[in-house]
Amino acid sequence: MLALRGITKSFPGVVANDGITIEVAAGEIHALLGENGAGKTTLMNILYGVYQPDAGEIYLGGRQVKIRSPRDAIALGIGMVPQHFLLVRRHTVAENIALGASDTPALFPTKQIEARVQNLGPRYGLAVDPRARIWELSPSEQQRVEILKALIRGAQVLILDEPTSVLTPQEAQNLFGVLRRMRQEGHSVIFITHKLDEVMDVADRVTVLRRGRVVATLPIGETDKRSLARMMVGRDVEFQIPREPRRTSGAALVVEMLEADNDRGVPALRGISFDVGRGEIFGVAGVAGNGQRELVEVLTGLRPATRGRMRLNDRDITSLPARSLHEAGVAHIPEDRTRLGVVPTMSVAENLVLKQYRYPPFSRGQVIDNGAVMQFARRMIDEYAIATPGPHVPVRLLSGGNIQRLILARELSGRPALVVASHPTAGLDVSATEQTHALLLRHRREDVAIVLVSEDLDEILRLSDRIAVLFSGEIVGLLPAGDATRERLGLMMMGQRA
Amino acid sequence: MRRLGPLLIERDPVPSASWVLLVSVGAVVAALIAAAGVFWAFGINPLTAYAAILTGTLNTRAAPEIFRQAVPLLLCGVGLIVAFRAQFWNIGAEGQLLMGAVGATAVALFAPLPAPALIPTMLAAGFLCGALWGVLPAVLRLRLDVNEVITTLMMNYIALFFVGWLIHGPWKGQESFGFAYTDTFPRAAWLPLIGGTRVNWIGLALGVMLAGGLAFLLARTRMGFEIRVLGQNAAAARYAGIDPLRTALGAMMISAGAAGLAGVSEVAGIHHKLLAPDQVSLGYGYAGIIVAWLARGSPLAAILTAVFLGLIYSSGDVVKVSLQMPFRVTDIFNGLILMFLIGSERLLPYRLRWAAERPAGSQAGRDPMVPPRPDTPASRGDGPVRGQEGGR
Repeated sequence: MLALRGITKSFPGVVANDGITIEVAAGEIHALLGENGAGKTTLMNILYGVYQPDAGEIYLGGRQVKIRSPRDAIALGIGMVPQHFLLVRRHTVAENIALGASDTPALFPTKQIEARVQNLGPRYGLAVDPRARIWELSPSEQQRVEILKALIRGAQVLILDEPTSVLTPQEAQNLFGVLRRMRQEGHSVIFITHKLDEVMDVADRVTVLRRGRVVATLPIGETDKRSLARMMVGRDVEFQIPREPRRTSGAALVVEMLEADNDRGVPALRGISFDVGRGEIFGVAGVAGNGQRELVEVLTGLRPATRGRMRLNDRDITSLPARSLHEAGVAHIPEDRTRLGVVPTMSVAENLVLKQYRYPPFSRGQVIDNGAVMQFARRMIDEYAIATPGPHVPVRLLSGGNIQRLILARELSGRPALVVASHPTAGLDVSATEQTHALLLRHRREDVAIVLVSEDLDEILRLSDRIAVLFSGEIVGLLPAGDATRERLGLMMMGQRA
Repeated sequence: MRRLGPLLIERDPVPSASWVLLVSVGAVVAALIAAAGVFWAFGINPLTAYAAILTGTLNTRAAPEIFRQAVPLLLCGVGLIVAFRAQFWNIGAEGQLLMGAVGATAVALFAPLPAPALIPTMLAAGFLCGALWGVLPAVLRLRLDVNEVITTLMMNYIALFFVGWLIHGPWKGQESFGFAYTDTFPRAAWLPLIGGTRVNWIGLALGVMLAGGLAFLLARTRMGFEIRVLGQNAAAARYAGIDPLRTALGAMMISAGAAGLAGVSEVAGIHHKLLAPDQVSLGYGYAGIIVAWLARGSPLAAILTAVFLGLIYSSGDVVKVSLQMPFRVTDIFNGLILMFLIGSERLLPYRLRWAAERPAGSQAGRDPMVPPRPDTPASRGDGPVRGQEGGR
């Protein structure tokens, strides 16, 4: 059906794809497995016409094709469901599908589309109201719209880029059902992921990429999670982190009936109460957009609470500004690393003192002591193994994993009392993830209270002592880690109370 | 990556200093080539015109005039750099300059002060009046999210008509014979000139000191750090607990205050009275934007770019006298330079290389700032994708 032969693509300073050859059969679900930076997305962007390869050929149905733009790709029957949806939020489902479809009539563009959506929906398990507006839809429904968009444009080959990152486990199972249905209808599906369970669950064959090269292509029956992980990372990976049980010693953070609004002024937290003990990791699970962001922002002083109280070690910290909370010992590992956590154009050293710059020894009066800053930066680069050519380099040149190491160094080096970590390993490679987890566990050992917000259920299950599930601004369930399973959490994430 | 004859065009997110300089000079040259069309339309050979300008400005008699023009340009320009570094787009230096002139005039004409205290008080009053004129747009932007480009620009006109009202009305001079300007300042309120020129050394010294001081402020102080963080990533500034209102207010007061000093320097150094706004300032507040932009955010570089703009201003006299063209042709120069400068911004993230080299293998020739082999996609994914967006 589809063959990529010897695809090579380099960007300044790096070879993203190095002679990659992959064949995908009709009616096959082919997983493309690799860490961040392995070259998966680059390869798919070449297939979708976003990039031109430096070398290599693409064959479709036995015929060599040149794909110069996404328009060419669509004309050839290649569809892509991007990780971050490209939909016009104020428009309806049908309008979004009509937009850019080649046979859309100039007048009443959505009329035929509505009929086709209603026809295709049940056939593939992609039911969605064609007249609904995008902003009214959940992430999983929006994903269905993207898939429908590709199908209606005539996609025979469908590329899905990390499709489960916005879904609950149950929604992911639904998606896998859709993919199997598409396989039955003879479509080829390329499924980009770094999650091993998903590969084992849904794929027919898997191609593992590492550092821009194909490590292996295997039928699922001939492999297992452990060997896939070894191929992906290049060494053995420990799935189970040794996490010694421990008694927590008294509550550090106490939150009572906390309420807060989101950016649009709509209540996002509706009376949340919990406490976190010293030396406890308190996991917060939930589908994105159920109040996690607002909770993190209130805890770290970036968003005012409209009601309720927070106390840290018996001191009232409700609605203190970010700087006072930092001084009170609250560390914040933010969700959006490059937007919030660092100033990408400023140097590694300056970013390492982004919060501490105004205190001794980094400042004497108004003047910043560059010597002290550099000394601290060198120590942090060493201690936290931040891979950088030096402390003067702008942070934008660092990889995601090293940016996170920098943030961890800054936030954790100041002996915090409370760590609020939001999606701390999203998008990180395995070694940076392991390092992050080890650091969180070390601080747990040192009696630090830790709030861990994550969409990665495995991470929550692995690290937390207790797990709360947020649904539409409320805690619908609170479980000790021992009682929590993926299934129970998944049900609660959809609003079912424990 | 694209080929252009023997050259390769590549993206490089961090342009080198020499490339920035090359692009800036290229933009200025392109502007001068475009301006040649203006001379040509006047029936003057552009080469003759540029030759006349160079000989007319770069001689010992006329050269001091370059520096006389550079003083207000430098004061406005270094101030604007501070605002721009905070990503605060102050287009209001012209109005802030005029308000500084008003403050100095009020002290010079009406304050019962002993003579030695007069000039320092005028400078302080000018700085303060300019700064206060800049506070309102800053507060509006940070409290109500009102676009500061609009407010600062519009407040220029308020200042302009305010000065017009003052000199036609309450401050109209007793001895001005019906003309619209104030009485002449007392001698003690005149800024001393460097012998034989119209350059007032206090204004010049203030400008140079301010350039040095602000370079230090930005690079080495807490306030400068806060300004840079706020300007480079406002969300991270909030995250780090930096108060955006206080920081932007501080940057804006420095910026507007410096423009106010330019106003003092003009009325107390040159005119010795407050007169029509288009005579107090020949658009120095607007040209200061070019000074700041050409200097690429470096207060020290503004000393050079202010002199360059001073050269363009002083070429206005040559254009008028020896080429019989209107003085305002300099505005066209300024406009073209700014336009080409801003247009050339798009070129900065690219660089040219001889195609003979192998692109991927030749890591030795690369900027040592770039890590040789990133293990994850920060540089691999983001950069090229962004470059593609326009092309789709």
